[in-house]
Amino acid sequence: MGLLALLEHEPMYGYQLRTEFESRTGATWPLNVGQVYTTLSRLERDGLVRGSGRDDDGHDVYDITDAGRQAVASWFAEPVQRDSRPRDELAIKLALAVTVPGVDVSTVVQRQRVSTVRGLQDLTRLKQRADDAGDLAWTLVLDSMIFASEAEIRWLDHCETRLARAQHARPSAAVPQPRGTSRRSAASSREVSR
Amino acid sequence: MSTAADAVLRFDAVTRVHGSGETAVTALDDVSFSVHGGELVAVMGPSGSGKSTLLSLAGGLDTPTSGAVRVDGVDLGSLGAAAVAALRRRCLGYVFQEFNLIPALTAAENVALPRELDGVRRGRARKEADAALAEVGLADLAGRFPDDMSGGQQQRVAIARALIGGRRLVLADEPTGALDTQTGDTVLRLLRGRCDAGAAGLLVTHEARHAGWADRVIFLRDGVLVDETSRPPSAESLLFSADQ
Repeated sequence: MGLLALLEHEPMYGYQLRTEFESRTGATWPLNVGQVYTTLSRLERDGLVRGSGRDDDGHDVYDITDAGRQAVASWFAEPVQRDSRPRDELAIKLALAVTVPGVDVSTVVQRQRVSTVRGLQDLTRLKQRADDAGDLAWTLVLDSMIFASEAEIRWLDHCETRLARAQHARPSAAVPQPRGTSRRSAASSREVSR
Repeated sequence: MSTAADAVLRFDAVTRVHGSGETAVTALDDVSFSVHGGELVAVMGPSGSGKSTLLSLAGGLDTPTSGAVRVDGVDLGSLGAAAVAALRRRCLGYVFQEFNLIPALTAAENVALPRELDGVRRGRARKEADAALAEVGLADLAGRFPDDMSGGQQQRVAIARALIGGRRLVLADEPTGALDTQTGDTVLRLLRGRCDAGAAGLLVTHEARHAGWADRVIFLRDGVLVDETSRPPSAESLLFSADQ
């Protein structure tokens, strides 16, 4: 869908789309050209783009259709559904850590915290640079990642507090069974375009 | 890289016990770290982890039960109260959660105050204050009273005051308080900028996004230093690790 939105401005060929997408999102979600062409052929099948011939250098150029424009408009208008939360692996890890004997959960939490804070330091530095360069689009993407890291750290704090309380309240009681957490496909969280 | 000896602030095996006997509480337990010029270090931990004690010790407002706190190489424990106060005035700046500006003084007068207490002539202190305010982007508001400024502006005044007169160590306690994220970012950016310009900064916070501005983050748990993030090699290294 992100690629379709780019085509709204002007017809482009695959490699051009990839470059444009990466420059707008600060190369945060790298695409390979194969992905771009697969996406384009799916969009074409669905009638959202059409091939508009070849340019002088022989590239297949794609143009957005009216249906494609409508799809872009409703994409921007609709909120994003977070079905595949990217931090699920961590949630699964902690849920299992409290049930598997011999795992020191607070160590797991603290290691994750250090790692996430380190990432946050890097992101903040990048944001500082992006701000200096006046790169608004990239700044917003970085902000999104900063807020996500911050949320993760708050959640870790919360887990730690709950664990401490649970241990305090019933030191020998059995820990609750983890709720059924389904493993989601890694591909779905990475998919940034149709 | 500078050595530990060049540290502007240095904690050597610092322990602080409040009370004695059965009711004794160890607020800090054998904590060692240092902050160099040009460096911003954040201390993170939940409430009760010893952050406030650490900051009071760093500011010479409290003394360790054992171990030593050194500012510019001088052991605060070896100085008398008057000498500590003098060192504090000369070297230290504070930024608090509440901005602690004096409402009856203008922004420039608030900033100039520590210099006047240093014994600097009023005219010169005022000039330094104007320069410090210009640095934090508030040159136009020098004559305003704190009540006529926004929270973000007040905190910028507080930062100007903390760093006037070449103070090399700035201690910040949750410096963004209730400011919105955008204004909070501005405040931290400023603090970061001052550290990049050579000051040593110690930032105590429970907000991860603020700790993100630091070169190093120290984690306190129940008075013990449990972890420390080192300075990352390069900003680009994260690009392909943070996107999952």
